[in-house]
Amino acid sequence: MIRKIVYAIFAAIIVIALVMFFAAYPFGANKMAVGTYYLNHGVAQTGAANIVTSVVLDYRGFDTLGEVSVLFAAAAGVAILFFMLGIGKKERENLTKPNFVVRVGSRIIFPFILLFGTYIFVHGHLTPGGGFQGGSIIASGFLLLYLSYPGTRVNRGGLSIIEGLAGLTFVVLGLWGLFTPTDSFLYNFLPKGLFNTLVSAGILPIIYIAIGFKVASEFAGIVDDMMCEVICRGGEK
Amino acid sequence: MILVSWILIVLMIGLAVLSIELKNLIAAVVAMGAVSLIISLLFLLLQAPDVAMAEASIGAALTMAIYIIGVRETERSEK
Repeated sequence: MIRKIVYAIFAAIIVIALVMFFAAYPFGANKMAVGTYYLNHGVAQTGAANIVTSVVLDYRGFDTLGEVSVLFAAAAGVAILFFMLGIGKKERENLTKPNFVVRVGSRIIFPFILLFGTYIFVHGHLTPGGGFQGGSIIASGFLLLYLSYPGTRVNRGGLSIIEGLAGLTFVVLGLWGLFTPTDSFLYNFLPKGLFNTLVSAGILPIIYIAIGFKVASEFAGIVDDMMCEVICRGGEK
Repeated sequence: MILVSWILIVLMIGLAVLSIELKNLIAAVVAMGAVSLIISLLFLLLQAPDVAMAEASIGAALTMAIYIIGVRETERSEK
């Protein structure tokens, strides 16, 4: 009882502090000058029609490299954890096959999910979306495949190669900037091209395609680890 | 548009409370996925389509699937 009262008091203090903090600022007010700068100069400096992409990949490209590294570390951690947990795993009963409509429907819709994800990360510099969104859509397509055909396995070696090549593309493009006259990492050294066309904005579309492949293979690997922990190991022992 | 976002916010808070209170964990996970879906709709209403797409694909699809796999491996209902 006394514990609940203490919890309630703490919750009330947090709520009051948050309300006092947010009451000082009008909702949606422009608190930083940097946003206005990006809106005014983003298109001229990066050539990308989607201003979010120009911030994520050009002005804050180094942060995105860190984000991709964090995702890689998380996927590797999941793989290591499930590899270690898989030793001495109890046998599982046979899972029931999903019904006909699910199997055939998922087989028809799977290529379109891949196409949609690819469209999103290829057009990342023109329309909303990008490598992370497109990659996770592709991974959810793989999830559908795993759900409708239990026991299927993705080629993990191929996934690792795609992931490594995509990460390497990002880093090499970044390092290339060091050899241009500006001497800056992730410098947009390619020509900007015609505004709002598919081949424009220099290295940004190439980086987003690399991120799309990397995120898709990482998430597909996580899904593969988790689903196989449930389904595949039953057949091994 | 303001009315739509208020309805969505109230629905979202209700589903969030439901996902904590439900004893059937599969139902709780589905409620959590619905919260993610409504958040992505709200992002769309706030004119942030990039974040909305990330939230819909990661929050509503992949996270929910991972939670469901976890629930299937452990207890089905909360004690």
